Amino acid sequence: MPKLIVDGKEIEVPPEYTILQACEAAGAEIPRFCYHERLSIAGNCRMCLVEVQGGPPKPVASCAMGVRDLRPGPNGEPPVVFTKSPMVKKAREGVMEFLLVNHPLDCPICDQGGECDLQDQAMAYGVDSSRFHENKRAVEDKYIGPLVRTSMNRCIHCTRCVRFTNEVAGVGDLGAIGRGEDMEITTYLEHAMGSELQGNVIDLCPVGALTSKPYAFKARPWELIKTESVDVMDAVGSAIRIDTRGREVMRILPVVNEDVNEEWISDKTRFIWDGLKTQRLDRPYIRENGRLRAASWSEAFALIAAKVKATEPSRIGAIAGDLNAVEEIFALRQLMQALGSPNLDCRQDGAQLNPAFGRGSYLFNATIAGIEDADAVLLIGSNPRREAPVLNARIRKRWLAGNLPVAYVGEAMDLTYRAEQLGAGAQTLVDLANGAHGFVEVLRQAQRPLIIIGQGALARADGAAVLAAATRLAVDVGAVGDDWNGLSVLHTAAARVGALDVGFVPGEGGLSAQQMAAAGALDVVYLLGADEISIAPGAFVIYQGSHGDNGAHRADVILPGAAYPEKSGIYLNTEGRVQVADRASFPPGDAREDWAIIRALSDVLGHRLGYDNLGALREALVAEVPHMADRNQIAAGALELPAIAAAIAQMEPAPFASPVVDFYLTNPIARASAVMAECSALARGAVAQAAE
Amino acid sequence: MSVRRLAPPEVQPAEFVFTPENAAWASQQIAKYPEGRQASAVIPLLWRAQAQAGGWLPQRAIEHVAGILGMNYIRVLEIATFYTMFALEPVGRFFVQLCGTTHCMVCGAHDLREALRGFVGPERTVSADGNFSWLEVECLGACCNAPMVQINDDYYEDLTPEILINLLKDLAAGRPVKPGPQQGRHAAEPAGGKLTSLTDPSLYDGSVVGAWRARFAQKD
Repeated sequence: MPKLIVDGKEIEVPPEYTILQACEAAGAEIPRFCYHERLSIAGNCRMCLVEVQGGPPKPVASCAMGVRDLRPGPNGEPPVVFTKSPMVKKAREGVMEFLLVNHPLDCPICDQGGECDLQDQAMAYGVDSSRFHENKRAVEDKYIGPLVRTSMNRCIHCTRCVRFTNEVAGVGDLGAIGRGEDMEITTYLEHAMGSELQGNVIDLCPVGALTSKPYAFKARPWELIKTESVDVMDAVGSAIRIDTRGREVMRILPVVNEDVNEEWISDKTRFIWDGLKTQRLDRPYIRENGRLRAASWSEAFALIAAKVKATEPSRIGAIAGDLNAVEEIFALRQLMQALGSPNLDCRQDGAQLNPAFGRGSYLFNATIAGIEDADAVLLIGSNPRREAPVLNARIRKRWLAGNLPVAYVGEAMDLTYRAEQLGAGAQTLVDLANGAHGFVEVLRQAQRPLIIIGQGALARADGAAVLAAATRLAVDVGAVGDDWNGLSVLHTAAARVGALDVGFVPGEGGLSAQQMAAAGALDVVYLLGADEISIAPGAFVIYQGSHGDNGAHRADVILPGAAYPEKSGIYLNTEGRVQVADRASFPPGDAREDWAIIRALSDVLGHRLGYDNLGALREALVAEVPHMADRNQIAAGALELPAIAAAIAQMEPAPFASPVVDFYLTNPIARASAVMAECSALARGAVAQAAE
Repeated sequence: MSVRRLAPPEVQPAEFVFTPENAAWASQQIAKYPEGRQASAVIPLLWRAQAQAGGWLPQRAIEHVAGILGMNYIRVLEIATFYTMFALEPVGRFFVQLCGTTHCMVCGAHDLREALRGFVGPERTVSADGNFSWLEVECLGACCNAPMVQINDDYYEDLTPEILINLLKDLAAGRPVKPGPQQGRHAAEPAGGKLTSLTDPSLYDGSVVGAWRARFAQKD
């Protein structure tokens, strides 16, 4: 490994390191604008200049020069790098002065103020005045979509945004037209960007040229209280930071989590927050004469108690939704068991996942970080770009690294990387499972084949047979082994894995969600945030949730719950990783945290649950499901191969269609969001392009 | 050089596709590059598209080329706006590019500019008959024969306003014209018919070898 001396300190670094990385390893701080760890190297901002002995006799852009390019001294001494020498100081001051030649001094009205790289570095490395007295460059602001606001006078041409859309997002929407002083960042003829990850350019922009449009002029970073949390918009469980001012969620930003989301989040995750303020259920409601009227908690509970006590346990059922934390699902399961009802289901989409097949049958066993080790990918009934954009970016990252054949069974789709469509439906899967398809050989050749099964293949009447066929294929090609388990289920619901782990599935003789929803099946249905299923008329519906959506419209009693930033909860992502979200805000009005509602209701129903606070609830949960205590860990799941093999059956010929038809409108919070509605309309081509 | 944008929609043609000959030529160009690297052919294709479209690149031509090469539109637009060899707005049948950089400026490019303004009209405007438009550009690399212009693909050098106007009149009338120096020179040799100005015999007898060093020594 090459040795070098940075500011008098000798270090040894891997040969592929750049000087900038070596300096960081030595503890020296290098200012930079264009360099970003997860993007290609551009070397055009010149802020990272350092002085080297054994290199060119001029300041060197440390981000773009490898340590192997440095010459040793005449007697074999290691090359010497200075990051604090007078030459470096002068070079940085010069670069900063040039950057500020055309940068407007509008920090007081700039949304980046307070968290601006240019501001900070001008303070740290710049000089206090400019020698430039001419007019500054003026650039027209561009329309690049409803999410990203532009103020192009501020752009310093680092091209991070261009590289991000090209490399990570894989859409190639942004570009730099013109040259020299006239270079401008824009999309083609100012069309809106078409990526589900476009919001990340806001974080990448080191100045205030690209800022959040919905958050524009709303708050200053130093006014906000930052709470680390977990995203529930998809089953990836991205690490997020929720910024609040008072009780109001002002914005959501990503947090680095190398195992899950690196440092990207999807647009739905980032811009969902306006949906937290509309359509909220802030007090209990009771339906009287066909109309909902506001009620008190005791009225609502009394009505439920009367109904439940008058109903046989087998005619009562509960369906858990997609955004719930594990705690309330666990509490509701205990309540239903106490009532004596076997009718429980968390699979409102009808996915044929079953804990009886072993925990490994419903986890993303390869893990998200493990995608980078895969050497062949087969997607079955999944469109990860719509179902989990951040995970899709991980597959693309692996694909860009080279030698990754990707194929899919399902409807034709654009995944931002080259993928071969093997077929649309079950017949192709049968061919694969029987080894009668050419791609099987590709999977067999691979050391670590990754087989991703989506809800589009599982949420069908024959889902168990699909899972069985896919498992047979996985075992056949050697994807299921001790050191590599490539059989991976990609979920779309953040609550699903947790709910399956606590056993929120039909008990002995219990009904599934679809059966519960059928007319005349039940007399009382408890919907815990379940909005994606419609209950046939007849049953008495209790809806507990945060938003007035499908479930609330159908409900006879509404119990107002908390949305995900308003409660502390455990979420398991599609890998089965246990993550804990902290409370960032409070539920509005009379709404309460969901586990507390269930606990209070249990008392009224005469089956008091044995915990009075969240800590006690978690203790009870861990006592039953021990791996819930292992934060940020994945408990390996077993795969009951004989049970799965028994499910092999004839499959429907209908094609596998992704359950996520509209990426922007998949849950009640998103459907309450005006920003998501605009994005959805734009994606459907319904909005005129340049309508800013 | 100013901000380069696509021409306004009202002058953009509704359609652009390569003629069969150009399409065949384009596929030959693309075939030069290995599989997956077709985008390398973008500049030849744009150049040919510009020739077919009458000396400038319409929006549809950029999109057509992007479609052939499987590139994002923005990638091709970046190239078209970067290189000044691509004109983004309509030009005359004879497109005059007047060099205005130092040597030509010193030798009279200002006068040529005034002459063009008088004969053709304002810069970046096609004359009423569609024959001419002109643009002042940076150095075209013919400094020995300053001042000069480039008309379509040819250089016309050693110009005066009168020569330039006569040249344009000849072009408009379809009379043959001679590219290159217009005042009797063959190429970039010294003016006045001599093939070289290096006539001092001492240059060739070896006496000046090392003379610079002697001059240095004297100064010290």
